[in-house]
Amino acid sequence: MSDITMRVWRGDQNGGAFENYVMPKVEGEVILDVIHRIQATTAPDLAVRWNCKAGKCGSCSAEINGKPRLLCMTRVDQLPEGEPVTVTPMRTFPVIRDLATDVSFNFEMARKVPAFNPIPKPEEGYRMQQIDVERGQEFRKCIECFMCQDVCHVIRDHEENKPKYAGPRFFIRYAELEMHPLDTNDRRELVREKMGLGMCNITKCCTEVCPEHIKITDNAIIPLKERVVDADFDPVAWLGRKILRRTKRTSEEAAVQPD
Amino acid sequence: MTTVENSATRVDNSKTPVVLGGTRGGPDQPTLRTDRWWLAPVITVAILSSFVVYATWAAFVNKDYYAGASMHRDLISPFYSPCLTQGCITSGASIGGHVLSWWTISPALLILIFPLGFRMTCYYYRRAYYRSFWWAPPACSVSDAHKSYSGESKFPLIMQNVHRYFFYFGLIFNVLLTYDAIMAFREPGRGLGWGVSVGTLVLIVNAVLLWCYSLSCHACRHLCGGQVRSFSKHPIRAKLWKFVTPLNAKHMQFAWVSLFFVAFTDIYVRLVASGTITDFRLF
Repeated sequence: MSDITMRVWRGDQNGGAFENYVMPKVEGEVILDVIHRIQATTAPDLAVRWNCKAGKCGSCSAEINGKPRLLCMTRVDQLPEGEPVTVTPMRTFPVIRDLATDVSFNFEMARKVPAFNPIPKPEEGYRMQQIDVERGQEFRKCIECFMCQDVCHVIRDHEENKPKYAGPRFFIRYAELEMHPLDTNDRRELVREKMGLGMCNITKCCTEVCPEHIKITDNAIIPLKERVVDADFDPVAWLGRKILRRTKRTSEEAAVQPD
Repeated sequence: MTTVENSATRVDNSKTPVVLGGTRGGPDQPTLRTDRWWLAPVITVAILSSFVVYATWAAFVNKDYYAGASMHRDLISPFYSPCLTQGCITSGASIGGHVLSWWTISPALLILIFPLGFRMTCYYYRRAYYRSFWWAPPACSVSDAHKSYSGESKFPLIMQNVHRYFFYFGLIFNVLLTYDAIMAFREPGRGLGWGVSVGTLVLIVNAVLLWCYSLSCHACRHLCGGQVRSFSKHPIRAKLWKFVTPLNAKHMQFAWVSLFFVAFTDIYVRLVASGTITDFRLF
């Protein structure tokens, strides 16, 4: 078989550059296999984060030919024949070394999500109907590869937005909680005021890169935006709340973590 | 008895030092993509610009929008329905004639505000024009063209939240255009006074596509049942939600096809009304 030229970005906090590695092609390989062969032969110090090699742990996220992909799920024969394959770390996060990035931003945002706050436990225990279970199931497929966060231009191209933008991965978490029939919190003001839902301009890149094919935009972000419209921008809904004496929680009230 | 939970060393996450920020990896280039990512924005700009130019011309021209009794037809362009003003030709197909007597220029300029507002604030079209016209971003993992960015969180883009009200108006227009499509079966002054022509089919397909586009709208999906927390407690709304959800998955396709077809319908009626072509009678 022919050779494959790998253009791998090597570097750390002090900068870096591309290095080319020409490797023999092996049928059926994925990019992570080739990276491992580079490690095993010419560059034992090449840093790459990986774990399951089955597209389920979300560790080997990187960018292949400029697009966020899982290294372990991208077959070499899916890429253009005869052209070098460019592999770079995720652009949105600070690089640690080579292809490994510091994704702490996501863990910080995860901590800010007010946890599930259910109704008091009934004597017979919690019961949920299948139709309600199915609704949130899609969001639980998330493997936290953070490629949706990586591709989202709100933080990819604007570092200054990071403190005030949760990002698509956490919007699906907020959506899941907001659609949970047993949850009692109301996070609509929180996602609008503190989590930057309004900054999302629904370009659907997060949906395009999701390896679990979660319809992030259609099933989580847009439903959240519509719920925010209910809470803040719909005069009829406002009138309905007044008549029915319903209240909504402020972002501060919603942000309190349950005991 | 000591439980596992009690004996485990708990980490106080709030005090874990985390350093955010730092140098990003990879080269400082707008994109490393090697595919033709620019093609989709170019096509979108071409199509949407063409539609805007055509719709503007069609709205100002203010003639040849109705094929009436003199042609044994009852076809009205969707750009000019309903008949709102004194300048509008009263027809059997259009309802509400001569409502605004003070409006002397083209009625389409009033009418088109609502369907265009519905499309301008539509979640799919927002994606399309944010990418292609505003370059925010032009394609996935291609740098956007703005130094700072606040998206739809501030004026004027926060006004996109009015979408559901345009959706309500859109439903009214769908009812009117469906009425027009039914009236297109009329053949005044010929035989039984009813028949089917190519124009009838054009108006019916146009109305069906506009219904599909409206019912597949994300705001519609939300209002049908998306806003409830528990489907099991709202079974009717859950059924409505389940009905519109597969349509919603095709919203992009309906957005484009209905856009093309509404322009095609206007062109067809215009050609028939001006006598350029004959509306072929099928049966």
